[in-house]
Amino acid sequence: MSFKKSFGYRGAHPDDYKYITNKNSISFTDVPDRVYIPVIQHIGAPAKIVVSVGQVVEEGQLIAEADGFVSANIHSSIPGTVAAIEERYISVGKKSKTIVIELNGEFRKSGKNIHLTDWKSMTKDQLLKKIKDYGIVGMGGATFPTHVKLTIPNGKNVDTLIINGAECEPYITGDHRLMIDRSEDLLEGINIINKILDVRNIYIGIESNKKDAIKRLKTLCLNRYNIKVVPLRVKYPQGDEKQIIKAITNRVVQVDQLPSDVGVIVQNVATVIAIKEAIVNDKPLIDRIVTVSGSGVKEPKNLKVKIGTLLKEVIEECGGLKEDVKKVVIGGPMMGFAQYDLEVPVTKGCSAVVALSEDDYTDFIPNGICLNCGKCINACAFGLAPTVINKYIKYNLFDKAAESGLMYCKECGACAWSCPARIPLVQNFRLGKDIYRKLTEKKKKNKG
Amino acid sequence: MNNGKLLIVSSSPHLLNNESTRSIMWIVSLFLLPSIAFGIFAFGAYAGLVVLFSILFSILTEAAVQLIRKQKVTILDGSAFLTGALIGMNMPPQVPLYIPIITSIFATGLVKHAFGGLGQNWANPAIAGRVFALVAWSKYMTTWTVPFDADAVTTATPLGALKSALLEGNIDLSSTFAEQVGLSKFFYGPIQVLQSLPGEVIKTDTTYFNLFFGLKGGCIGEISVFLLLLGGIYLIYRKIVSIDIPLSFFLTVAVVAWIFDGTRFGLGYFHGDPIFHLLTGGCALGALFMATDMVTTPITIKGRIIFGIGCGLITMLVRMYGGLPEGVSLSILFMNMLTPMIDRFIKVKPFGFVKK
Repeated sequence: MSFKKSFGYRGAHPDDYKYITNKNSISFTDVPDRVYIPVIQHIGAPAKIVVSVGQVVEEGQLIAEADGFVSANIHSSIPGTVAAIEERYISVGKKSKTIVIELNGEFRKSGKNIHLTDWKSMTKDQLLKKIKDYGIVGMGGATFPTHVKLTIPNGKNVDTLIINGAECEPYITGDHRLMIDRSEDLLEGINIINKILDVRNIYIGIESNKKDAIKRLKTLCLNRYNIKVVPLRVKYPQGDEKQIIKAITNRVVQVDQLPSDVGVIVQNVATVIAIKEAIVNDKPLIDRIVTVSGSGVKEPKNLKVKIGTLLKEVIEECGGLKEDVKKVVIGGPMMGFAQYDLEVPVTKGCSAVVALSEDDYTDFIPNGICLNCGKCINACAFGLAPTVINKYIKYNLFDKAAESGLMYCKECGACAWSCPARIPLVQNFRLGKDIYRKLTEKKKKNKG
Repeated sequence: MNNGKLLIVSSSPHLLNNESTRSIMWIVSLFLLPSIAFGIFAFGAYAGLVVLFSILFSILTEAAVQLIRKQKVTILDGSAFLTGALIGMNMPPQVPLYIPIITSIFATGLVKHAFGGLGQNWANPAIAGRVFALVAWSKYMTTWTVPFDADAVTTATPLGALKSALLEGNIDLSSTFAEQVGLSKFFYGPIQVLQSLPGEVIKTDTTYFNLFFGLKGGCIGEISVFLLLLGGIYLIYRKIVSIDIPLSFFLTVAVVAWIFDGTRFGLGYFHGDPIFHLLTGGCALGALFMATDMVTTPITIKGRIIFGIGCGLITMLVRMYGGLPEGVSLSILFMNMLTPMIDRFIKVKPFGFVKK
């Protein structure tokens, strides 16, 4: 056993369940008859709709444009007619304006090997503009607009690029398959980002439960002296930006800092491939890999899904749900959102659909009795004391809770996973954060 | 699509560890059973009765209190069973049955439930119970019998015999021992003193082997260090018991014994016998199963290490300079009371947090 890097002694070790889908290559779905494309698919301002009902759109046509710097363009994933613009629920549980497009016409891009752009002759600004125009956002789940991340503010010196292939959430194997099936594209994408950032060190961090991916990328990078493949210990939440930076470079991003403050930029594997497709193949971000897995799905698969496809169609593609399904989660089971309805569209940040049947389903105990065991403290990679914060929230001491670091909680779920008393810690923290924000706003108002 | 069935919506995470309060309590109880079985094997069926009554009355008290307070009865979560089992293990083999019964009622009713039940108790109920019994019935609580002896002949524990020998001063320490060994042996003292005592004081042969495998006088559950260690190591491996408290406890006892214990035998510093102190009394049972009670120990690793060191220090202080032969339960009780204080001052540092 060799020593593998990780972010410290804290963290949780949930079963990874990757075996369900990690041998399944990426397969394609049928083209849906209708797609539902919400304008909120990224962090930042919602995109502004630039089409009207009845208008004919082509595949990859801009239908909503970025509203401000921290925002992202949205493109039509199928050719067709705009059937409606309506308010619909999206996977995170809030409502968003949604453009409904009915399939009509011809696919001009998908499946066709269109012209390859010679990106080496493009300047840094041209590359950044193209990434912005083609609506690329971080595809690991946070959906932060990529052009914002790659625009380094003056005075900051970035010397390291980390490609995040940790994929620490259980069940998800999309990035794993991309690293194997499309490793050349990944390396080309890395070259493109390197042209923008011009860094000294490039690391690909992969958790060691993806041995085949590590092996494949190591062979491909043999003569690439500046790219290092770093096997990481399997531990949750390794894939968090700050934790993977700590694991690989041993640099600590302070709470009010961004990764670029310590000279590091982190990009997810799927994002790098999306950047390559945008720059080289002129393809906007109109589809993504979704892992459909879990004990509640009949045929678990890794699917390439058009943005805007309804969840029920994705699940039908995998043989449907089993009888005893209890929960359907968009995103990984640790941080994802449970859905009450399958009529929600797949968006840019939807890395997985996990259906949990009765066997995997465990309930929280809202009034669970804390035993002071300290397991949540050992699980919290951010060095908080969840049990202490939880008690403050329980007794309405929100200022105290914030003092103990409530607002630094990333809601990764490691504490709640490891709690033997089954206390819904993350849920309580969300509530506490919400109330604390409202209270501080009120205080400000009273002062001013 | 949902087949008309409703899906459950809840906050993340959607996966939970298999471990629950209940499973922890029952697994710990399970790994106490070999030691209990050995105690019954060594001291006869009456010892089994003592353990059985302790467990029974601990569970009954919990049920009664919860019924009176109109709470949900939680006797199946294993915590009452565990308390009862530990109380039984801390009883001398020939104790009258009313002692374990009253101790169980005191521990579960007063120490645990009067302060709000599971998770709220200020001290480990079993430890508080043991100290309570020791104070209330000192004579019965310090009467021991020889293991594997059909007549249940009384004897002294190694620690007890050593203490009374040293207090009574009927062995000449100052000249003989130092001269005999010429300070050549590394560890020297307790074993030799006990072996030189007349046979009617301590009737078991004191060797490391006997101390380790349980051929000595002592409480029902504490005599076999071997079985306690086996169970403890498994629980540490399964991460049910955290290693920090037992390790710091043992190390402190060993280091303090090594440095200071030799002075009692006129040998000067750095000649004490750490192995003797680790193998006798309630050291193994206390450090592995009683000091590691989650509720009454600090929540941070640093705090738990301080807790373990404190336990070890007080144990050795009592053993070397106190009037009582044994101090494990006193030390744990004392550190239990210090736990809120430790938690107040030892805090975790958030990742990437800088004080302005």
